[in-house]
Amino acid sequence: MTITPQLKRPKKAQDPARIPQRDRSKLGYWLYLIPGGILVSLVIFYPIVRNMRLSFFHWRGGRAEESFAGFDNWIALFSDQEFLQSFKNIVLVIIAMVVVPTLLGLIIAALLFDVVGRRFGGKLSSFLRATYYLPQILPIAVAGVMFSWILKPNSDGVLNQFLTLITGSTVEINWLGGQYSTAMASVMVLMIWIQIGYPVVIFMAALQRVDPELYEAAELDGANWYERFRAITLPMIRPEVFVVALTTTIAALKVFAPVFILTNGGPSKSTYVPSFYAYQEFIRGTDKGYAATIASAITILVVVVAIIFIRVQNRAERKDA
Amino acid sequence: MTAVTQVAPPAPPAPKRPTSNKSRPRTASEWMLLAVAIVGALVVVFPMLLLLLNAFKSPVDYANSGPLELPARLDFTGIQTFWETQNFPRALWNSVFISTMVAVIAVAVSVLNSFAIGIGRVRGRTWIVLVFLMANLVPQEMLFDPLFKLYDRVGLLSNPWSVILTFVVIQSAFGTYLLSSLLGTFPKEILEAAAVDGASRWRSLRSVIVPILRPTLSVLMVFFFIWTWNEFLLPLAFLNTADSLTVPLVLEQLNGERQTDTTTLIAGTLISIIPTIIFFLVFQRTLTRGITAGAVK
Repeated sequence: MTITPQLKRPKKAQDPARIPQRDRSKLGYWLYLIPGGILVSLVIFYPIVRNMRLSFFHWRGGRAEESFAGFDNWIALFSDQEFLQSFKNIVLVIIAMVVVPTLLGLIIAALLFDVVGRRFGGKLSSFLRATYYLPQILPIAVAGVMFSWILKPNSDGVLNQFLTLITGSTVEINWLGGQYSTAMASVMVLMIWIQIGYPVVIFMAALQRVDPELYEAAELDGANWYERFRAITLPMIRPEVFVVALTTTIAALKVFAPVFILTNGGPSKSTYVPSFYAYQEFIRGTDKGYAATIASAITILVVVVAIIFIRVQNRAERKDA
Repeated sequence: MTAVTQVAPPAPPAPKRPTSNKSRPRTASEWMLLAVAIVGALVVVFPMLLLLLNAFKSPVDYANSGPLELPARLDFTGIQTFWETQNFPRALWNSVFISTMVAVIAVAVSVLNSFAIGIGRVRGRTWIVLVFLMANLVPQEMLFDPLFKLYDRVGLLSNPWSVILTFVVIQSAFGTYLLSSLLGTFPKEILEAAAVDGASRWRSLRSVIVPILRPTLSVLMVFFFIWTWNEFLLPLAFLNTADSLTVPLVLEQLNGERQTDTTTLIAGTLISIIPTIIFFLVFQRTLTRGITAGAVK
């Protein structure tokens, strides 16, 4: 699918229309890259180079002297309990931001498109889709504050009051500050809540490409909802599943705000994620060189993951072609 | 990657020929599945309904009633306290100013970049796109310490332009990526015709390419606006004076203060959500068209 069929371009020499273009060299186009180039080197590459370099130094920050550390910081990283814990948490974050929303998104999108949209009208399915998408546009900070209100530890907390109402006895669970399991689970629920709308909208848009008669034909042949999902929906939207997985995985590796607002890394640093750890070390740590090492490690990981994803995608495309 | 412009409209297309499908009575299982979809949507909006239910309770009422109960009577203490203690209009203005500037400038930068990459087909363009995309891949904590020092040195800390500059780069990464692949398939005849008529490159960019791209550019602007509006970590690092805070930062700060009354916090959260919801309602169609832009193969 492209906007316009690729037009055959005549060879330059044979085409008189190109002569005015040929007089001016392609060099002229480089001028258009100047503003973007300057900005990206200043805002992105200057910090990358600076932090990469700093990861080989010990530095207290401010006016203190830097002292060369070689690979000290990098070696320390791999035996650092907090860093390893933060990576264990990333696995859970990927479950909450990638796996669960993608699976739920598939089901909801198919439901809204195949059942609600076709049998109950497009207006209703559009409305429901917008509802699922709503958390995506809320500032994460605002969503986080809302959740921390619901999860307040004492009898003031909404969830605690709700549970008290159901069980009949007073419930005072310290969801966020009490223990690792409830704190991490709370962070995960917030992430699922935020993420769910993204795959729903993308998958539904992908389904627009599917000929509705395909569904009808399958229906006439006696295929039930699940069979249609397996045989039509899933194969049709595989490229979108891939894009969703890639973008959300990268977002998961970089996740920061939900942890910062809900648990602030606690209780006792158990809900640290790498980004939050790097941030803490930059702000409060005694060695900015070490903080730079953590940040560099995440950057390298994100770039590697992105490259792997794109490679796999290209290979899958070639197989299809 | 294909064009934003050719993604089908949001509503599922109606079948062209009258089918037996519509007239067939809805089965019980279809009603069940509809119920599932509606319950799911209710679960998603539930936290926001809770906010609405509790934002208009007086502190006493809030303390004595359950969170699921209706307020005894409408009370605006929370909203009033939030409005009086926090400079919300100022924060709103900061957020609007920053997000608008980023949306406009980032789209402009994306157009310039993608003109050179997609139309100019400069040498090494695949790598150039990757270089720009780095802005999207780099985690923000990698940026914040060096940029903090940089902005400190040039006196941009607590100045909205520190955030604007940073996010122009981060957002235009996506814009450059999308527009470059779009312009890569731009019909050459149009440009050649313009060249024959004596249009310079700048002229054909301005009067030929940009008008044709307009729908895509407006989608990008809406996106950049919302993404910037929601940003948290870097604004938190760069904006430190009370006057410079954005909406999410004001709320986060309020949340951090121990003496904050719960009803004030709930009211503040509700008020912070309102601009986003208004924006969402206004641009709903543009948005749902746009989200698919990056996804469709």
